[in-house]
Amino acid sequence: MEDIISILITTIRVSTPLILACLAGLYSERAGIVDIGLEGKLLGSAFGAAVVASVTGNVWLGLLAGIGVSMMFSAVHGLASINFRGNQIISGVALNFLASGLTVFLGAAWFGRGGNTPPLTGDARFYGIRLPFAQEVSGVPIIGPIYSGLLSGHTILTYLAFLAVPLTAWVLWRTRFGLRLRAVGENPKALDTAGMSVSWLRYKALMITAVLVGMGGAYLSTAQAASFSREMSSGRGYIALAALIFAKWKPYPALGACLLFGFLEAMQYRLQGVDLPLIGRVPTQAMQALPYVLTILLLAGFVGRAIAPKAAGQPYVKER
Amino acid sequence: MSSAMPLPRWVDVLLLPVLNVTLAFIIGGIVVLIVGENPIEAVRIMLYGAFGYGYGFGFTLYYTTNFIFAGLAVAVAFHAGLFNIGGEGQAYVGGLGAILVALAVGGLHWALAMPLIMISAALFAGFWAFIPGYLQAKRGSHVVITTIMMNFIATSMMSYIISRILKPANVNSDESARIDEVTRVPFLSEWIPLLRNTPVNISFVLALLALVGVYLLIWHTKFGYALRTMGHNGTAARYAGMSNAKLIMLAMAISGALAGMVAINDTAGAHGRLILGYVAGTGFVGIAVAFMGKAHPIGVGLSALLFGVLYQGGQELAFTMPAITREMIVTIQALVILFTGAMSNMLRRPVELAFLTARTRQKEPVPTERKEA
Repeated sequence: MEDIISILITTIRVSTPLILACLAGLYSERAGIVDIGLEGKLLGSAFGAAVVASVTGNVWLGLLAGIGVSMMFSAVHGLASINFRGNQIISGVALNFLASGLTVFLGAAWFGRGGNTPPLTGDARFYGIRLPFAQEVSGVPIIGPIYSGLLSGHTILTYLAFLAVPLTAWVLWRTRFGLRLRAVGENPKALDTAGMSVSWLRYKALMITAVLVGMGGAYLSTAQAASFSREMSSGRGYIALAALIFAKWKPYPALGACLLFGFLEAMQYRLQGVDLPLIGRVPTQAMQALPYVLTILLLAGFVGRAIAPKAAGQPYVKER
Repeated sequence: MSSAMPLPRWVDVLLLPVLNVTLAFIIGGIVVLIVGENPIEAVRIMLYGAFGYGYGFGFTLYYTTNFIFAGLAVAVAFHAGLFNIGGEGQAYVGGLGAILVALAVGGLHWALAMPLIMISAALFAGFWAFIPGYLQAKRGSHVVITTIMMNFIATSMMSYIISRILKPANVNSDESARIDEVTRVPFLSEWIPLLRNTPVNISFVLALLALVGVYLLIWHTKFGYALRTMGHNGTAARYAGMSNAKLIMLAMAISGALAGMVAINDTAGAHGRLILGYVAGTGFVGIAVAFMGKAHPIGVGLSALLFGVLYQGGQELAFTMPAITREMIVTIQALVILFTGAMSNMLRRPVELAFLTARTRQKEPVPTERKEA
């Protein structure tokens, strides 16, 4: 029981940035903007958050800075893919390199720690929140460990990430804005004909993307870890992208996919050097590759079919 | 919209790329200013480090070799309308193909061994690119996403193979056994003393041949014609009786095989063994090189040289200006991809406008004359 709980706690912890990044990608791809740059945005906002948090000593300012960085990245991405009708994939790839170059370059120049920021202490980082009555029920069998161990004690960002899932489902499927946002990713011309601005809607989607992925990045450097370290996003943006495809661009399945990939990561830590009955020792590399293999199989249509929003990746050209 | 007004060829081929690259470097210069260094002095040091003496020049050519292969890989796929981001993983897997044969034929003279190693590296890397090609052609999965995934799978797989299978018991770091000196691809310094102690090897000549080869393949063969037709308009190609599926798979396999040649320069040459994570971003630089060079071999060759200069000069710079680390190069690479690839329309429209006004101004007197007549 304790083993299971501890694996699940790790799962929640490592899933948090995935969920935030995956939902971020959901908004922009639903609006027709492919976002390969999630990885760079995660990294950039992790850096921005850690820098400002360490300089000001205030983690909330850090969070704002993290969101600010991903906003800037989104602005460039929007400019390239909405205004200049450039290739969205190339823009995303460029932003990923920009993040991986700039963070280490500026970090090394400012702090001289080989691209890492100084460790964050006190008010400069997020701490776990103890839910009400967690202390009292901890002794109760089954409910105790689940409530006090598994559900209590996470940072505010984790709870926000899990709350963002139903919120996203509600916004996208129960509001007028959501309907339009999904429509602009399927058939932008219809919206244009109805007199709505395709560009403005797509920019709004990109802004929501920036807020969510900015929180994800801030989580990496100010909640999960207590400083920025070079390349700390280590492919999580791509995993989130994979989860998004896996979830067929839907919020609840996205949560499921992120938890699944998070669980795989948690198991990977757990199974290091452990001999399993029948299978023997599972190489960590196999566990690391599993999310990617699963996504390829899904994309190839061997496990269901993933169909992207119809207008995703195509710049909208207004006819004259 | 204004695509009805074509620009003169020299503007498209020369002026716009040069303007975009200049813009990338100006922003790079601003970043250098932010950390309190002099960008012009930085460029001077870089140029000296890259060309100023034999040792630096040798390294510049060595980097250029890698970037030519990686750039051509992206370029070939690009002509077919495919964006191969997987050069990194393909080159890595190509390293496996190279080392297996190089170790198996150990003791064989390099002139005989090199073709065998090349074929093996091309097959391994080509296969790694063929998988996304097959999935795109037959199952409709997007090649960009699958090549990204294949990069990660390659990293995990190769890390297992190198650290658990290829690594000899008496070696501490994660790398394979060494290739026999006779078999190893020879350094150019054997013939050119100026390049002493630099890793540039025969692969540089191979890279130049590859540039010519790709030019002939794309512009002077039936296959190249079909490839470009599909890249411009897939539907048209299909109506003309070309098999898009076959073309996609072949284009990806060739693209991968070219990426695999990085292994000839590194694994079979410069390193003389397969090292964990040896590709170290070369495959990604290829993306910038291909965009900057407009996917044309001459352009690819020149931009590969520019990045070779940046990489070698950047090392020199990191010594002299400690505030500027190697990552500055990654930043410039990102800006080059951004401006020449994603934002190429940004400067294009003002330039188009400028040409349009220039032309109408020239034509203005004409109608008035007609009225008088």
